[in-house]
Amino acid sequence: MADSQAMVETASHAAAPNPALLHHFADPQQQRDAASLGMWIFLGTEVMFFGGLFCSYLIYRSWYFGDFAAASTSIDAALGGTNTAVLICSSLTVVLAIWAAQTSRRGLMLLMLVLTMLFGLAFLGIKGVEYHDKFVEHHVPGASFSFEHVPIPGQPDQYANPHHAEIFFALYFIMTGLHALHMIIGLGIFSWLLWMAWKRRFTPEYHTPLEIGGLYWHFVDIVWIYLFPLLYLIDRHK
Amino acid sequence: MSAPSDHSKSSPLTTYFAVWVALLFGTFLTYEVAKIDLGPWNAAVALTIASTKALLVALFFMHIKGAHERLLKLVVISTIFFLFILLSLSMADYATRLWS
Repeated sequence: MADSQAMVETASHAAAPNPALLHHFADPQQQRDAASLGMWIFLGTEVMFFGGLFCSYLIYRSWYFGDFAAASTSIDAALGGTNTAVLICSSLTVVLAIWAAQTSRRGLMLLMLVLTMLFGLAFLGIKGVEYHDKFVEHHVPGASFSFEHVPIPGQPDQYANPHHAEIFFALYFIMTGLHALHMIIGLGIFSWLLWMAWKRRFTPEYHTPLEIGGLYWHFVDIVWIYLFPLLYLIDRHK
Repeated sequence: MSAPSDHSKSSPLTTYFAVWVALLFGTFLTYEVAKIDLGPWNAAVALTIASTKALLVALFFMHIKGAHERLLKLVVISTIFFLFILLSLSMADYATRLWS
């Protein structure tokens, strides 16, 4: 009885049109939904992970607002703004790569994946320039940290407390550093996606890895969308 | 299979490029509005623009809009809810410590 049932199942699967459908899923839609749900749950844990850092940022910012504004103003906001635009463009190329996979445009898919990675590398390069500036200015928390006689924006007669500014820079390096680590991991994921795309593993019916990798990339973009105004644009108007 | 193909038929490229332009404009707006003195409203405006941009990315690039899986919406909403609890309860604590 059990044997005949197993044979019926094997037969029905042999007749299944999609070889990418794993045996424990009823249909391709269910397989896609399961994969995307898993990624969303992972992104939920990532939101809480970054949320803790945003929370500590908010608490210290409310305590030492003037010092945070002085430290934030020392960062080149044009570099941060450029990086925001670079990441937004990379998010566009990700959705275009998925669209190309859905419509069987292999060349376009490969081009968009390469462009996504180039945007990602450009982001890390600009971030490197920014970090270099901070090293040169002795704004990296630690033994050589120096933030003496920097006026608080809007209060020229009052200097920022270097210890409080150091807390800002610690949060700046931890948050942008963790974000950059996510970008590096994203580049690893996209190298693998590019390899799979090159090996013709993606079809209009099956391109779930592209969609899942894309979700991760967009999430990293969203984190940056919040980091940019919070870290670079405190009290710029004074 | 029919649901996603119906969705993609309504010209996703137009949506993608429109969202891209809106996101770039939002970035420009964030940058420019930070130079204007709005008093305590600077942070509120910056966070409102950021949240609008995040919502655009989530709805159209991450395809929350048009998702037919209800569990997915539950995960997204509960994520935002727990982030809200984390931030609001922590800030309520620190904001009221000097009251006693």
